[in-house]
Amino acid sequence: MSWTLALEAGLAALVLGVAVWTLSVRQTFAAVVAFVVYGLALTLVWVRLSALDVALTEAAIGSGLTGVLLLGAAARLRATEADAVAERPGAGVRAAAAALAALVALALAAALLYLPEPAHTLAPAAMAELPATGMRNAVTGVLMAYRAADTLLEKVVVLISLIGVWSLAQDKLWGGRPGLLHHADPDGALAFLARRLPPVGIVAGIYIAWLGADQPGGAFPGGTIIAAMWLLAMMAGVTDAPPISRRWLRLVLVAGPAVFLAVGFSGFFTAGAFLAYPVAYAKALIVVIEVGMVLTIAATLGLLMAGPPERSDKP
Amino acid sequence: MSLVLDVFSIAAICAGAFFFLAGTAGLLRFPDALTRLHALTKADNLGLGLVVLGLLPRAGGVLPALKLIAIWLLVLLASAIVSQLIGRAARRESRLQ
Repeated sequence: MSWTLALEAGLAALVLGVAVWTLSVRQTFAAVVAFVVYGLALTLVWVRLSALDVALTEAAIGSGLTGVLLLGAAARLRATEADAVAERPGAGVRAAAAALAALVALALAAALLYLPEPAHTLAPAAMAELPATGMRNAVTGVLMAYRAADTLLEKVVVLISLIGVWSLAQDKLWGGRPGLLHHADPDGALAFLARRLPPVGIVAGIYIAWLGADQPGGAFPGGTIIAAMWLLAMMAGVTDAPPISRRWLRLVLVAGPAVFLAVGFSGFFTAGAFLAYPVAYAKALIVVIEVGMVLTIAATLGLLMAGPPERSDKP
Repeated sequence: MSLVLDVFSIAAICAGAFFFLAGTAGLLRFPDALTRLHALTKADNLGLGLVVLGLLPRAGGVLPALKLIAIWLLVLLASAIVSQLIGRAARRESRLQ
């Protein structure tokens, strides 16, 4: 028992220490690296709490994807970094920020300490109805059946964030290729990895997405792995990002939400409510939605990381 | 038989942990990027390999055991490539200075 306590205390100290490092380090690049380490430490905390689905998503999205996005941002900010570091806010602003942060932390701690004991839980009710969804992983059951509307909106939000990134494009480059052209040595180590790894990574991504019905996994971590493979190929110059005006690309981007909405509206006729599944076909319908989602998530996240259009489609 | 397997697991995982410890000490103590990379790859490759080896008898089947080996091979590939890239970047930076 004391061993597990020591492990948990060490883990908590690690997370807090890395969080302090993330905030206190002055260089943007170092802060991003610290943030990625923080995400990985947090992943271990989720594993320790037996929340494997959350751990997978934290590792894939919270640490990996966000880390790449922030690295891109740090690279773009490099020119203005010296000015930003020199421009230190006044003592009043810093004191106010510290007071606000302390207040939020105190409120969170108080809320946590005054939680009713035993905590209110819907877990038994959720588990009792789980067989009707055809899922054996309770997390996927909740995401795809009980709270399907939330999951649908979440996918739309990711799509809207991509539109937000694209809207940063200059007018004359609209419809062009995202990001700058990557110049990597075609015989170099990165190009080698970009040729060898994606076959394995794409299979692993599909496997993790498929596994989500019964075990920790699902469309989001699976789609993120596929997006990472695409990004790797783009960064190594093995393939180029497609122009964002391509019809097939737009179709892939809306495939997930469109299939989700179609299944949702068909619920009016087959099960009597929006986003309701007829019990006999619940699993099949959820799998159909998940397939669309994996496609959309992989394409959306890959393009999010590639950035706004910066090169004209016309040579 | 299970006692022998347990002893094997403990010995292999302890040996793996030792390589991680030594690699971390090297990462903290060595003077420049290339020697630090050298220390780190020992931890990644050999340390993780030994930990995976120790976990194999406890994986509970052939398929989970193969998955563990696949993870080790993927980390091997990734760490080999990443250390190449970091090494190249470090050399370019030292030339610029």
